Amino acid sequence: MALKIVKGSIDRMFDKNLQDLVRGIRNHKEDEAKYISTCIDEIKQELKQDNIAVKANAVCKLTYLQMLGYDVSWAAFNIVEVMSSSKFTYKRIGYLAASQCFHESTDVIMLTTNQIRKDLSSPNQYDTGVALTGLSCFVTPDLARDLANDIMTLMSHTKPYIRKKAVLIMYKVFLKYPESLRPAFPRLKEKLEDPDPGVQSAAVNVICELARRNPKNYLSLAPLFFKLMTSSTNNWVLIKIIKLFGALTPLEPRLGKKLIEPLTNLIHSTSAMSLLYECVNTVIAVLISLSSGMPNHSASIQVSLRSIQHYLGLLAMSKILKTHPKSVQSHKDLILQCLDDKDESIRLRALDLLYGMVSKKNLMEIVKKLMLHVDKAEGTTYRDELLTKIIDICSQSNYQYITNFEWYISILVELTRLEGTRHGHLIASQMLDVAIRVKAIRAFAVAQMATLLDNAHLLTGNTQRNGICEVLYAAAWICGEFSEHLEDPLSTLEAMLRPKVATLPGHIQAVYVQNAAKLFATVLRGQEGAPADRTVAQETSQLLIDRLPLFVQSANLEVQERASCILQLVKYIQKLQQKDVEVAEEVTALFAGELNPVAPKAQKKVPVPEGLDLDAWINEPPSESESEDEGRKPKGKAVFAKEESKHTKPRYTEVDEKELAKRREVRKAEQANNPFYIKASPSSQKVYQDGVGVEHIPVVQIDLSVPLKVPGMPMSDQYVKLEEERRQKDKADKKKKDKKKRREKGEKGRRRKGDSGPESEEDITPAHMVDITTEEMPENALPSDDDEKDPNDPHKKSSKHKKKKQKKEKEEKEKKKKKKHHHHHHHSDGAGDESVQNGNVEEEEPLPVSNQSSSIYSMCDIQGNLQDGSQVVVSVIFENKCDSFIKAMEFNVLDSLNSKLQRPEGAGPHDGLTVPFQLPPGISNEARFVFSVQSIVMPQKLKGTLTFIVKTDDSSTHEKLDFKLHFTCTSYLITTPCYSDAYAKLLESGDLKGSSLKLEGVSQPFHHLLARICFHHHFSVVERIGSCASMYSRSIQGHHVCLLVKTADQTVSIDAKCDEPGLLGNVLDEIKLTFSQC
Amino acid sequence: MIKAILIFNNHGKPRLSKFYEHYSEDTEQQIIRETFHLVSKRDENVCNFLEGGMLIGGSENELIYRHYATLYFVFCVDSSESELGILDLIQVFVETLDKCFENVCELDLIFHVDKVHNILAEMVMGGMVLETNMNEIITQVDAQNKMEKSEAGIAGAPARAVSAVKNMNLPEMPRNINIGDISIKVPNLPSFK
Repeated sequence: MALKIVKGSIDRMFDKNLQDLVRGIRNHKEDEAKYISTCIDEIKQELKQDNIAVKANAVCKLTYLQMLGYDVSWAAFNIVEVMSSSKFTYKRIGYLAASQCFHESTDVIMLTTNQIRKDLSSPNQYDTGVALTGLSCFVTPDLARDLANDIMTLMSHTKPYIRKKAVLIMYKVFLKYPESLRPAFPRLKEKLEDPDPGVQSAAVNVICELARRNPKNYLSLAPLFFKLMTSSTNNWVLIKIIKLFGALTPLEPRLGKKLIEPLTNLIHSTSAMSLLYECVNTVIAVLISLSSGMPNHSASIQVSLRSIQHYLGLLAMSKILKTHPKSVQSHKDLILQCLDDKDESIRLRALDLLYGMVSKKNLMEIVKKLMLHVDKAEGTTYRDELLTKIIDICSQSNYQYITNFEWYISILVELTRLEGTRHGHLIASQMLDVAIRVKAIRAFAVAQMATLLDNAHLLTGNTQRNGICEVLYAAAWICGEFSEHLEDPLSTLEAMLRPKVATLPGHIQAVYVQNAAKLFATVLRGQEGAPADRTVAQETSQLLIDRLPLFVQSANLEVQERASCILQLVKYIQKLQQKDVEVAEEVTALFAGELNPVAPKAQKKVPVPEGLDLDAWINEPPSESESEDEGRKPKGKAVFAKEESKHTKPRYTEVDEKELAKRREVRKAEQANNPFYIKASPSSQKVYQDGVGVEHIPVVQIDLSVPLKVPGMPMSDQYVKLEEERRQKDKADKKKKDKKKRREKGEKGRRRKGDSGPESEEDITPAHMVDITTEEMPENALPSDDDEKDPNDPHKKSSKHKKKKQKKEKEEKEKKKKKKHHHHHHHSDGAGDESVQNGNVEEEEPLPVSNQSSSIYSMCDIQGNLQDGSQVVVSVIFENKCDSFIKAMEFNVLDSLNSKLQRPEGAGPHDGLTVPFQLPPGISNEARFVFSVQSIVMPQKLKGTLTFIVKTDDSSTHEKLDFKLHFTCTSYLITTPCYSDAYAKLLESGDLKGSSLKLEGVSQPFHHLLARICFHHHFSVVERIGSCASMYSRSIQGHHVCLLVKTADQTVSIDAKCDEPGLLGNVLDEIKLTFSQC
Repeated sequence: MIKAILIFNNHGKPRLSKFYEHYSEDTEQQIIRETFHLVSKRDENVCNFLEGGMLIGGSENELIYRHYATLYFVFCVDSSESELGILDLIQVFVETLDKCFENVCELDLIFHVDKVHNILAEMVMGGMVLETNMNEIITQVDAQNKMEKSEAGIAGAPARAVSAVKNMNLPEMPRNINIGDISIKVPNLPSFK
């Protein structure tokens, strides 16, 4: 017999055990999956053998494979076999495997009941222990029901090792089989006073888990826990108890008073941070439940909070904030400091806190700090988070804390210069919201929006993939809708009709087109007053007639439809103008009527039309007899109206009524308590307009050579100052006119009313709303259509477009950051006209085409493709300059060894690419071509030809145009932000080769110089100290290019480093060229 | 409740995974990957708590982790657990491993994942903390190992010999390579008594 065992084990010792398996996997790194599948085959063989040792070994290996993600449920039965082995070694392997892969739907589990019961009653405590451990992982309701009694007996086992496991597993049993709780509970309670600390701890654990689900039922245990808390020395138990008390105190305030003292003692005596923190947390919970006694304790708490890890401290503060905002507000500086923390989760927590801390007084200051953080924030997610937080903070409770909306608009405009944000639509909806609801701000907002539109290329050019261009949607709409405030509607109109607009997403183009028409109306009205300027009006019509066909060509149906509609209209107007008919009034009438914000309660106010029974069926439900109610069926229009309101109305009114009442109450309370809240006053509004009139805003001083900055942006800081001054003045006034306080109050309040329209919902009457919507819908019942609309968003279009936008953004992500290729003669002045600004390059030598001289004109943009290091995208804008129709354009480039035009599959290497559109006279359109480039070290020129057919009324001729494409090295660079520490690391790494460049006689200011390098050569500034700056860029193939730019006395020296010296040399040459031309 | 305990190395290779709720094998692997992704991008000197990944319950759960040399020890817990308490527990766990394996290193965990499971089972049971006292844990683990040895008895001897020979032949097993010394440097934390 013994011999047989030895023989068996000798056979076995050459089997693979777990260590061999692991070693084997490590030795087969290349074909791991294959190796494992052979191992699994071996395991299957081993499992077929009779020897339990072999089986156990196989199961042990399976457990390991399960961890690697292999499904081993097929071996469930074998696992049960191993579990039932009489040897502890194998039993343990079996239970471990079972605990890793069994779950409620494993069917062999029901076979285990008896085996487990046997193990539970085993004389060997470790057999029992292993069974309990395993069971805790895979207990099912059936097992729980069948074994509850056995486990309950074990709770009074003589060995504490078994007792504590039995106590702990009871929680799992309760979860699966709740009926067991009642009979087991007395015994569980008994275990709280078990002599063994382990058992005690287990009992506390279980009761705490139970109490978390339903604290009320466990209040009766409080005295027992209180005793434990003062007597126990086990930190884990203390933590659990203290956490439990935290949950209990809100239910029983008297408990809190008792707790404060022992907790404070613990806080002072314990050395364990974990315990300290939980104590503090509970003290906070206690203090929240007690309304008095706050001041003395809060100070000591906050001291201890600061010593605790920041994250948890912030978490705790957010709890205090809910009830005692004042005590947290004093820590504003501390929290602002947390925004500088390296840890993102700490920063996010701090942001949450800030949200609750703002008041009218500190809003500007806090937002200013946040804006600073936005500038230096690393990573787009955190920056996006900051952005949403800024907007949340400002717009919370209906812009309650904003005292100066001009400031807010300028903040929003500043935010548009964020690169890579996903929240363009959010900014856009805020702009719309404010512009619509705050009437007094419209003139200012319109001026800002007009500047935005004028500089649209800064938003679209570099950030097309990320949706910041959504703000153009808002900008265009605001400019159009409130065009009477525009200083120079004509130039805005011009800006909205630039060819580049065609690259914007469709829904934005649609808004552009529509609002161009509104602007047109404004221009006409403005001009026709003075008959001398009639030509201007006609020129405007001509402008529209010239530019609109571009939109008529659009692939987006909405754009197409609006454009062709307006085009025809304008053509008609032009005819009238030629006959000297005054049309301004008629055209203006098209857009007459003001759009008012809609009050949430407006819906409720819409009268139900007479004879409309909202509760009546339109069609009887089929189950009932049809003839019964036929007479009552409403007919015609009423059917439609009723259908509309039926599913929307009841829900809408009810919710809003409550909500509104609540909000009103909150606001009233707020006003009553807030000494700074004073009711409306137009007079101080005047103060504003005098102080910060539009002329004070440096809108005019746009420095177009600075890219990515929306002009007029550093303004928000000015507001902070102005606001301070104003407040100080107010204060002084107040002191002086202490007696007249009341009157002044009234004045200030009036200003508020004017300044912050949304505050007073009363002036938004539902009547307006009905007016607005009647255009689209019949009768009064129409507004019910708005049910989905967010009541706070008066411009429902924007929400409708959200989905579209998101989709669009996705598409755009696939494109890469735009890169612009500049040709030297356009560099002469960055502030040049718009089309040049967009970085377009007239293709070289547009050779005069035989008879129809220069019938086509094209511009191009060369962009590196971020996603593919070897691709460059060239966008070419073709413009038809002749009077004939151009079609069948074919674009072809002679490939060089290095650069190849990507042609569709199956096309020969010399075939041209068909341009996917035709050009009516005077129209331009854009096409993109992808080139694959192997080496990006050298600039190159490619020769190409464009062939096309010019079609006149009676004939058509083939034409050809030769051109050259110039790929500079700069066009392979991509503006990539880099942070100073990463930058320092990069320089330290020593992989980069240096080179330098000196420029003499550069007279422009340093920041212009930097801006120029950024703009033309796609660098980003890493750090700037005085007259010295470090800059960074990356090529599409991942080369790092670092510049150190210094300036002194008109001399600029640039030290450059790059891991590819050839590329660097060429880039430097190009930079030199840029500056030699200014 | 503890929802899961994961140990993986700096490259995200799982060294131990213990889920106290059932997930399919594929989901488990995704959770490990996601957790690794969340944890590994954090700096050394930032705090040890973060919100759980989407797969394992998102913001309802917290990830509490410690990073020792080449290994991450991650506990995913719900709101009933004390964050700092769990942090201490991780320390106890690692110190226990250190005692049981005598200078534990990553290789110990790689080749003896079953033993690690057994040690863990003495600390945490079904997602509830069973024991926080290190000496008690070690006593129980040792007692079980003794039983295992006595069961193997004479029959186990040849197998052990072969295993020793196998280990000798292979260059990767010797301790002096010391690929991943977990190196415990935080001796001041045994706050559980």
